Amino acid sequence: MADTMQFDLVSPERKLTSVQAREVRIPGADGDLTAMPGHAPMITTLRPGILTVISAEGSTEYAVTGGFAEITGDSVSVLAERGLPTTEMTQEVYTSMVVEAKRHHESAREEAGEEAVEAAAKLLADMVAMGTHIGLDPHQASL
Amino acid sequence: MPSLKDLKNRIGSVKSTRKITKAMQMVAAAKLRRAQEAAEAARPYAERMNAVVAGLASSVAGSEGAPRLLAGTGADKVHLLVVMTSERGLCGGFNTVIVRLARAKINELLAAGKTVKIITVGKKGREQLKRDYGQYVVGHVDLSEVKRIGYDNAQGIARDILARFNANEFDVATIFYNRFQSVISQIPTAQQVIPAVFDGGAEASSLYDYEPSEEGILADLLPRSVATQIFTALLENAASEQGARMSAMDNATRNAGDMINKLTIVYNRSRQAAITTELIEIISGAEAL
Repeated sequence: MADTMQFDLVSPERKLTSVQAREVRIPGADGDLTAMPGHAPMITTLRPGILTVISAEGSTEYAVTGGFAEITGDSVSVLAERGLPTTEMTQEVYTSMVVEAKRHHESAREEAGEEAVEAAAKLLADMVAMGTHIGLDPHQASL
Repeated sequence: MPSLKDLKNRIGSVKSTRKITKAMQMVAAAKLRRAQEAAEAARPYAERMNAVVAGLASSVAGSEGAPRLLAGTGADKVHLLVVMTSERGLCGGFNTVIVRLARAKINELLAAGKTVKIITVGKKGREQLKRDYGQYVVGHVDLSEVKRIGYDNAQGIARDILARFNANEFDVATIFYNRFQSVISQIPTAQQVIPAVFDGGAEASSLYDYEPSEEGILADLLPRSVATQIFTALLENAASEQGARMSAMDNATRNAGDMINKLTIVYNRSRQAAITTELIEIISGAEAL
């Protein structure tokens, strides 16, 4: 079996990366998972979090929000609504993302049902966790 | 017969018009390249998204738990038309062809006794549609401040449409835009986005494990798919607009050139005629002595 697989990270606006990877850690909606070559085919939605790609050149981390990952035995494609390398993730960008999540949470509380509020709250919590991981301060985002 | 001075002024003004159209053509060419690159870059995402959603949809379709975005409301009464045009003019028939297609659809729907609601994207389409169908226009999206169309813009439009759908404001949504074929040909296209339709055979999706469930993923992806389709349409439209403007300005530049040639001939002829008249006057004057 090949020991690498094709990995693509695509955002709506452009293709972010396309490399041969040994291992990809994906923040799935139901929990993190690691895809390696020969993984059973699956499709999972993403929660906001850190996606780690380990290739021959080392490992790269990306912050991704929203979207899904398609895993087949020899390739992984991640379609993220927003994705950027953690090194390019600034406090400014992060703050705006948290503000948006907060606003979403607020509006869900006002209009939608309990389920939507829970989903929005989870989204916000995931967002905060992601920021803490990179070392950014989620509390700068005041509504 | 205009005087020599008039003709000279006329030639001068056509010359400066030609300079302007020439400049606009070159600007459009540069913008077209950028717009095409953006459309190109967005393609992988849209294609994969479409393939996955189509695969999921075909396996979920018909079952009880199919999301409303896929199954529809069960009615076919109220149609929402999202008409995407440009913010600026001077791009030939670009806006007119979209509006003509939308207009045909509106008339067809009205004749069939359906209710029509219109959302316009871009100033030019609103101006044209407001005249005849002002009472149906329910919303307008202004993109005149937007320099480069981003996914955020599409998401904003999609959010608006989805909110209206969830509030049961319409049953079927269709977007109208120009698909970019080449610089000289843009194809006005109507595409139904809600309920979702997929053409072509979807790949067998039983291959995959799904996490969470198929329905869960589909419920998450369908709204994104709507946004993606709108984003693609916006990008195609932007590229088409620049293409249309480029060829319109190319035509204008050529026409201005032809006009300058014609005017120059008229100018030279009348100058010649004036000289001849003067000569005849001098000669006859000399002969009379």
